[in-house]
Amino acid sequence: MEVALEDNSLMDKVLPPDEQEIDVELEAKEKKYLRGEGANLETLKDKKLKTQLASREKLYGKSAKAAAKIEKWLLPASAGYLETDGLEKTWRVKQTDIAKEVDILSSRNQYDIVLPDFGPYKLDFTASGRHMLAGGRKGHLALVDMMSMNLIKEIQVRETVRDVAFLHNDQFFAAAQKKYSYIYARDGTELHCLKERGPVARLRFLKNHFLLASVNKIGQLHYQDVTYGDMVASIRTGKGRTDVMEVNPYNGVVALGHSGGTVTMWKPTSQAPLVQMQCHPGPVSSLAFHPNGHLMATSGKERKLKIWDLRKFEEVLGDSSGDYSRYMSHSMVKGYQIEKVMFRPYEDVLGIGHSMGWSSVLIPGSGEPNFDSWVANPFETTKQRREKEVHLLLDKLPPETIMLDPSKIGAMRPSRRKERLTRGEIEAEKEVAVEAAKGVELKKKTKGRNKPSKRTKKKKELVENAKRTFPEQENSAAGKKRRIGEDAAAELPACLKRFARKN
Amino acid sequence: MRIKTISRSVDEFTRERSQDLQRVFHNFDPSLRPMEKAVEYQRALTAAKLEKIFARPFVGAMDGHRDGISCMAKNPNYLKGIFSASMDGDIRLWDIATSRRTVCQFPGHLGAVRGLTVSTDGNVLVSCGTDCNVRLWSVPRPSLEDSDLSSEKSTEPSAVYTCKNALLAVDHQFEGDLFATAGAQLDIWNHNRSQPVQSFTSGSHSVISVRFNPGEPDILATSSGDNHISIYDIRMSSAARKILMRTKTNSIAWNPMEPMNFTAANEDGNCYSFDGRKNEEAKCVHKDHVSAVMDIDFSPTGREFVTGSYDRSVRIFPYNGGHSREIYHTKRMQRVFCVKYSSDATYVISGSDDTNLRLWKAKASEQLGVILPREQKKHEYNEAVKNRYKHLPEIKRIVRHRHLPKPIYKAKAESRAMNDAKRRKDDRRKAHSAPGTVVTESHRTRRIIKEVE
Repeated sequence: MEVALEDNSLMDKVLPPDEQEIDVELEAKEKKYLRGEGANLETLKDKKLKTQLASREKLYGKSAKAAAKIEKWLLPASAGYLETDGLEKTWRVKQTDIAKEVDILSSRNQYDIVLPDFGPYKLDFTASGRHMLAGGRKGHLALVDMMSMNLIKEIQVRETVRDVAFLHNDQFFAAAQKKYSYIYARDGTELHCLKERGPVARLRFLKNHFLLASVNKIGQLHYQDVTYGDMVASIRTGKGRTDVMEVNPYNGVVALGHSGGTVTMWKPTSQAPLVQMQCHPGPVSSLAFHPNGHLMATSGKERKLKIWDLRKFEEVLGDSSGDYSRYMSHSMVKGYQIEKVMFRPYEDVLGIGHSMGWSSVLIPGSGEPNFDSWVANPFETTKQRREKEVHLLLDKLPPETIMLDPSKIGAMRPSRRKERLTRGEIEAEKEVAVEAAKGVELKKKTKGRNKPSKRTKKKKELVENAKRTFPEQENSAAGKKRRIGEDAAAELPACLKRFARKN
Repeated sequence: MRIKTISRSVDEFTRERSQDLQRVFHNFDPSLRPMEKAVEYQRALTAAKLEKIFARPFVGAMDGHRDGISCMAKNPNYLKGIFSASMDGDIRLWDIATSRRTVCQFPGHLGAVRGLTVSTDGNVLVSCGTDCNVRLWSVPRPSLEDSDLSSEKSTEPSAVYTCKNALLAVDHQFEGDLFATAGAQLDIWNHNRSQPVQSFTSGSHSVISVRFNPGEPDILATSSGDNHISIYDIRMSSAARKILMRTKTNSIAWNPMEPMNFTAANEDGNCYSFDGRKNEEAKCVHKDHVSAVMDIDFSPTGREFVTGSYDRSVRIFPYNGGHSREIYHTKRMQRVFCVKYSSDATYVISGSDDTNLRLWKAKASEQLGVILPREQKKHEYNEAVKNRYKHLPEIKRIVRHRHLPKPIYKAKAESRAMNDAKRRKDDRRKAHSAPGTVVTESHRTRRIIKEVE
């Protein structure tokens, strides 16, 4: 193996320039598959472990190289694009122009379904993008197969429907209705009525954990495990009513946008939010997460759109910067109020749910061109769907794995060894604490309570408390013995001095 | 203006006929797999639990001997048979594959049979015992009729050689026709001669065990009652190397894949792996048995070895690891006197004092028989993902868990307490003396007194 690699490096020097470019490209792709830095093996002293880990690191390098090559040469489809030449801007390109340029299959994806009677529509897609669920405010639920444009099932529940969500596949879906939420099977039978949650404003499904998360009109957050029906957590957010809730696909954390302009992030195992960010001066109107989990877009009622970096919890600067500029625009018919926009997975399609039904427009470049059959397969057969369901259940994650940084799972905790401070350092810290206590400004009391004697007493108390946190060094037992020894030695007559305790 | 959108035609992504396989597409991009590490950890946990559920190592016991089993021998040419001999002189050939019954008996010895070995071509069985005899038998050819016969055959020895003292062990040369017996002295015999071709005497103590090197046909290792391990070259007149240890070595096995290394099973419960060329310190000390290790045998892969001990357990160790990866015990299995690793590295056979041979799987949760390629891949994946996370506490607890019989558990706890106390005292002695005066001896040299050239 070693020899083969050496041969390659020799060959590199003789490669023609375009092949060298390919090498550079492959290296860039390789980085993605390496998933971070390698371990630092220099600090290890155990030689056996070092060699074992070194051989493993080599294997990772090889598999990353192989994956990069597969990505370059073997993937069946390539991503869509929209390129304009010259002075023409991409956002002036209309959907009708696009329809003229693309093939028939793609132009079938552009349509408007007009259903004026049943109110604004909410949409949800399954993970593979094959099925779509549309829920109208006036109670219309429709399950559509997007490949064949078949209507699989539609039901009228005769109640307000505020949100709809698919569970792990197209066999089950949930609808948030007027008083309670319900879970339906694919053929429209009502399977469960989820009474505990109350009137739900938003429903979202966490796929890896099989948790159905919802926020209700009182502002309570509920997590329920749909495999056995247990309510895993019900959290009182304390921030009032909100209907802005999104799930971060990278780590399974639920983010709520509140009317004070804050965005809070929650996990089912804690009653307090993980993060609270002040995003907007006014109410937050909607939220969206980037699939890599590091970016979040929020919009506020003050008509501003902000993009946040979630690693530093800071705004990514410049809506006018090169990265984020207007790509395309689509004008809806006047009077249509848009209720939901959602990209269809693995297709260059944007689904828009509005007050007169739903539409679908083409956005070249927005979908992932190559799907993995083991992750999400739009061309699934029944047998494959059943097997996948079993495998998903076997890989179900416990709710404790939801955390801000999911890479900590499977990692070892770094050993913390607190160094015992020397006496000098403790003394120094004590001085600092005492100074701080002395520097505190006491509140001036009124109505005759501001006596000087009381003020000095209070100050002394503060200084005493500061000193108390540092236990006296002299009071340890060893010190005591030393003192006794010294004192006793001084008192003893000369002949007995040899028996005095020596230090 | 150039526009392209994703358009997938159904024909490209589905199969043409129902006889075809379903089409599968891969995209290894990590962004398609959120929380992949957590999912992998969950799979490792499930794999560890499944391994424990399917861990059924005991295959069967072979009953027939009337006294404790003293030694066993593998036939290098025939995988399904094993020879065993007991303390009352009974030698049997067993079929361990399907029937687990005696195929053939070799009666003749009057006392305990102490050594059993088969020549490399599989034709001659050599046995020796306390009745001072060496007997050569011709191994019956296995044929289709043998499996049908319900009666057991018995054969006559082809040769009987007598010597002056009781014999304690025998081993056959690889790719040669010499065999060595151990007793009062080390003798090298030829099949056709009735007297030993060569003799090595060393001191007054008897030679307890002997083993020929698989790589070099003329080198053999012996252990003697005065705690020596000696390496002889039969072309030379005296021992090439001698190691004096504190306790005697009951058995030695050479690593078949690294023939310069051998492992010695010692009376103090440890096994010591030595590099045959450099004997001043052991390469590795394998500690887990609580009582004397009676026998040791290497796997044909050279990566593991199995040991049988006086403490009624059989352990499997990695060739370079200090602790065992597996322990097998049963209430009915008493002192284990001999163990063998089968030549296809799948089974371990133990012969013990309760007159039974027991057949165990080398990997306790292995699925035997023909495994489909998808099943094989799944097993390999489970093994790999479990190994990736096996140092984490939740999984380590499951993977490491073994039920120990109470005497062994108590003995181990006691020895642990004793070692901890000793180490603490040594540390204190070291801390309170001048640096450099008190030197801790490494485990690899602790039990070796000296090496004699």
